[in-house]
Amino acid sequence: MKCYTPVIYKGLSPCKPHAIKSAVLQSEQVQYVIKQLAKELGESPDIIQEEATEILDEMGHRMQLGAVRFFAFTLSKIFKQLFQRVCVNEEGMQRLQHAIQEHPVVLLPSHRSYVDFLMLSYLLYTYDLALPVIAAGIDFLGMKIVGELLRRAGAFFMRRSFGGNRLYWAVFAEYVKTMLRNGYAPIEFFLEGTRSRTAKTLTPKFGLLSIVMEPFFKREVFDTYLVPISISYERILEESLYAYELLGVPKPKESTSGLLKARRILSDNFGTIHIYVGQPVSLRTLASGRINRCPYNLVPRHLPQKPSEDIQEFVSDVAYKMELLQIENMVLSPWVLVAAVLLQNLPAMEFELLIEKTLWLKGLTQTFGGFIEWPDNLCAKKAVLSGLTLHSNIACLVDGHVVLNDKGVEDGAVGEIVFRRALAVLMCATYRNQLLNVFVRPALVAIALQMAPSFRKEEVYSCFSFLRDVFSDEFIFFPGISLKDFEEGCFLLTKCDAIQTSQQEIYPTDKGSGTVSFLSAMFRPFVEGYQLIFRYLSKEMKEAFNEKQFIPGARNFVFQLLEKGSTQCYEALSSDMQKNALSALVQLGAVKRKKTPNGFTYNVNQEAVSKILDMFDARIPVQKPVAARL
Amino acid sequence: MVLDADLAGSSDCCTRALEGSGSAVQELLKWNGWGYNDSKFIFNKKGQAEFTGKRYRLGGMVLPTFKEWIEKTFGASLEHKTTSRTSLNVNDVPPSVVNEEFLQDLRATKISYSQDAEDRVFRAHGHCLHEIFVLREGMFKRIPDIVVWPVCHEDVVKIVELACKHNLCIIPFGGGTSVSSALECPEEEKRTIVSLDTSQMNRILWIDEKNLTACVEAGIVGQDLEKQLAESGFCTGHEPDSMEFSSLGGWVATRASGMKKNIYGNIEDLVIHIKMVTPRGIVEKNCQVPRMSTGPDIHHFIMGSEGTLGVVTEVTIKIRPVPEYQKYGSVVFPNFERGVACLREVAKQRCAPASIRLVDNAQFQFGHALKPQVASIFTSFLDGLKKFYITKFKGFDPNILCVATLLFEGDREKVLQHEKQVYDIATKFGGLAAGEDNGQRGYMLTFVIAYLRDLGLDYYVIGESFETSVPWDRVLDLCRNVKERIVRECKEKGVQFAPLSTCRVTQTYDAGACVYFYFAFNYRGISDPIHVYEQIERAAREEILANGGSLSHHHGVGKLRKRWMKESISDVGLGMLRSVKEYVDPNNIFGNKNLL
Repeated sequence: MKCYTPVIYKGLSPCKPHAIKSAVLQSEQVQYVIKQLAKELGESPDIIQEEATEILDEMGHRMQLGAVRFFAFTLSKIFKQLFQRVCVNEEGMQRLQHAIQEHPVVLLPSHRSYVDFLMLSYLLYTYDLALPVIAAGIDFLGMKIVGELLRRAGAFFMRRSFGGNRLYWAVFAEYVKTMLRNGYAPIEFFLEGTRSRTAKTLTPKFGLLSIVMEPFFKREVFDTYLVPISISYERILEESLYAYELLGVPKPKESTSGLLKARRILSDNFGTIHIYVGQPVSLRTLASGRINRCPYNLVPRHLPQKPSEDIQEFVSDVAYKMELLQIENMVLSPWVLVAAVLLQNLPAMEFELLIEKTLWLKGLTQTFGGFIEWPDNLCAKKAVLSGLTLHSNIACLVDGHVVLNDKGVEDGAVGEIVFRRALAVLMCATYRNQLLNVFVRPALVAIALQMAPSFRKEEVYSCFSFLRDVFSDEFIFFPGISLKDFEEGCFLLTKCDAIQTSQQEIYPTDKGSGTVSFLSAMFRPFVEGYQLIFRYLSKEMKEAFNEKQFIPGARNFVFQLLEKGSTQCYEALSSDMQKNALSALVQLGAVKRKKTPNGFTYNVNQEAVSKILDMFDARIPVQKPVAARL
Repeated sequence: MVLDADLAGSSDCCTRALEGSGSAVQELLKWNGWGYNDSKFIFNKKGQAEFTGKRYRLGGMVLPTFKEWIEKTFGASLEHKTTSRTSLNVNDVPPSVVNEEFLQDLRATKISYSQDAEDRVFRAHGHCLHEIFVLREGMFKRIPDIVVWPVCHEDVVKIVELACKHNLCIIPFGGGTSVSSALECPEEEKRTIVSLDTSQMNRILWIDEKNLTACVEAGIVGQDLEKQLAESGFCTGHEPDSMEFSSLGGWVATRASGMKKNIYGNIEDLVIHIKMVTPRGIVEKNCQVPRMSTGPDIHHFIMGSEGTLGVVTEVTIKIRPVPEYQKYGSVVFPNFERGVACLREVAKQRCAPASIRLVDNAQFQFGHALKPQVASIFTSFLDGLKKFYITKFKGFDPNILCVATLLFEGDREKVLQHEKQVYDIATKFGGLAAGEDNGQRGYMLTFVIAYLRDLGLDYYVIGESFETSVPWDRVLDLCRNVKERIVRECKEKGVQFAPLSTCRVTQTYDAGACVYFYFAFNYRGISDPIHVYEQIERAAREEILANGGSLSHHHGVGKLRKRWMKESISDVGLGMLRSVKEYVDPNNIFGNKNLL
């Protein structure tokens, strides 16, 4: 048996999981809320205390080394079955090792699969590092034995939404903070909040992040390290599940029997996993000069305090920064490039051409700072072929042509054909999507160049800025630096000779027209998809509606268009895109969102939406105040 | 007999009074360091540390483990020595620029004065590290042009009138123990700077035994005040660490705090009446009462005004009968956290002894290094036994444990009762009584540390102390974070050897505590140590503020901490103080530029 003696935080005062629970219950923070609630509800504090205990029992982990060992043992077997290799950046692990000893550590991995946290814990175990406690969704508890096993392996569970429940919030926040302050274990959670079904980084959630930052704000700890971790899969375990889910076939509930059925996939091959442990980022360094200390000095620290506006802004900035770091370090496999090329040449393309284009895209990706894993000396042909082998469920080589694998297309009803095709396209898109955040800035400049009525810089910038706003939930942009993003996009395009800039103008070069049109084609599904969804909203939604009505409605609308053949934009069927498009309109003020007891309802401002549509079609110029610095 | 000298106790520290003319006083004192000329730490021929002179009980004693401690803690070596200039180079001193008409007027008043370079340099500084460093290796850019020695309130009135008439700048000077750059002359001051030395106003004017008050001239130095009061069987009980040299007027001007404030109170609790000469005239109350409700207390404009409004000339202060009995004590705690929890409980039960302090482990070890050679085998055997009991039997880790030092005062019976109460509380927090000896040595450390800095300076070690006050619930976090910040800043600034970064909880209050930090490092290999030192000190202060600590508990603001005043008391608060200054001293006669 492996001897596991992890390095731990220097300030750690060792304690058992149940000791943490009682410390949380006894804490001033929780006691305060209990007393408050007792007063407001006119109930005895004991009853509420009881409730708090229940919450804590539902939530708390019971990390046991035995369970950890059991997991490590089984996981190593399963992982060996599933994956060919797991690659880790050694220096990242070393940095992490130092960080764990110095200050409390928060691990922030990307979230593409359930494998993420299992793999990460397994990895830390293997490297003799302190095992993290993981914030997991409560739905895992639905899985009988497995939920308990996860609990023993260090997972703690949070309800998906508990905004209104003050007791839950207090207990949960205090639980997390207690573990952080003691340096009990690294705390791991997913900024994205849930698994990204599209493999495209989701916009961050702030709740947990602000909880783990608070002990530093209140100086209960000297510093806290935030460690962005990028986990990328050559082939994602849940790829087809995700595609079904995006198309509205409901997600199977987590259940143990489901897991057992999933054993079937054990015989499949899922290629390589790349884990890049980023440089630990010191929260103290990030905060220096930004945080006004007064609010924390003037109120006792155990009182619940709504974060001030500048704190909220800071938390959001940090969240975006961490996600951008995740994106920067995400390893891209050759197949990602293949998928991107293939999606522009549906339904089939010549194999040789695909290789040539893939190789070209590799160069472009590297220019844009993408982190491609392309084994030395591996010729392009082999790389593409091995990708095709691994992803034979998505595409295959037939007669020197690479064909999208949409079985059953010949013999089905039209609807069936569309559905099959959509499934294949969405699965393929999952891989292309991994490129998008690397490409988004230059690509939006490229699209803006095509949209803008002239090549004048401010007009191009206005279009860019408009697109950036529209896609603010679709891609990851650091808040409030539109101009900087624009400049970066221009810089990267200039670097690959696609555009030239003068004092007043930006124009594509002859040589670069290929790049510009490739980039805009790459993002066309989003441009077109959003337009379709906007059109649906402006035409069909005269009355207030909720999300449950919107998604199927939008899906049917797009589906009919696809059946008629009047669009080829299969990706507009994706519920992810539909949600993002709706939320973009909310942010642009074209849709009013109202909170009701049963979730949100929406009201479309027809005029505003059609105005936005017109801007897309460049029928009217984008109205945007131009930045003076331009 | 206890061998450790007590440098603290007012009754038995220094036996020579500082008398004679103003100039004579400074002849007893070091011109470029702390305290008396004849008292200092040296390494003797055998390479052992020794304290010279006969003023203190530690005088002439050998400290066998000190050298090792200094080498281990700072990585300093006796081979690497810096040397200060042996005497002041008069040619470097900025010339005295005094207008002849003023001199004529001054002579007419018969107040003694001097334009001598040494007299002027002596009053151009306090005891901040950078000031001492300048004395050793450079020269101040601006110093007073003339020193005057008024002997009574009326003399001060005359001087202030003359200053107003001739538009001069007055900087009041008491004991010169400031650690906030308060005595530094503003470089850009073009007017003649008059250093008003209050040391000759040192009489007790009267003692009122019925009301237990005494009216005292403000220039009197702490130890003289206590000695003279003791002759009538009284004391003030105000014992700041600098009490051998600091003056009553200085205490008032900086809002001083004394070690035994738990019994006697801080200066604001002690003062009954203040007379201050300002350019507008004399400010004082019309009666000597314990409390009055007549709008904001004008004493609070004066206390902490740091010489920006006028000169305090006479103070009526509360006195108490000299206590019958004094007893030191100490308690060992397994760790600092438990110690702080105990102090908090003591404060909660309002049973704090005259003084209660909790030193962290580093400072405990520091104190240990200052243990003199023991006289008998028996004593050393006992020490060994004690150590064995605590570390082996009780399982305290000698690198984690910490010590609280105690001082009880009062009736013998009550002291013993009080002692029991405090020790009972300590036991609840895992504390073990550790004897009077350790307690006494703890208090000694406060007094010798100032002398120690001079020794450090000879071996590339620079250091300083600073203080703050903080709510109870933040004490631990603040101590940990500030110490850690110092260590990190040193590392970042290229300090090669980890610094000494240590603290003690030095006063307890109902709502919080006063925390005192010592910080020192070996500066070999650093080209501009003072700059590096100042950056680190500044970072440490930022850290204190971020942890909910105050800008200062009793050192004051001076010029050193001015930049944080606005943040500390708000814009409007600062405006309130400014408007007082503008009314009282519109022409900025008291132009030392402190505070505001």
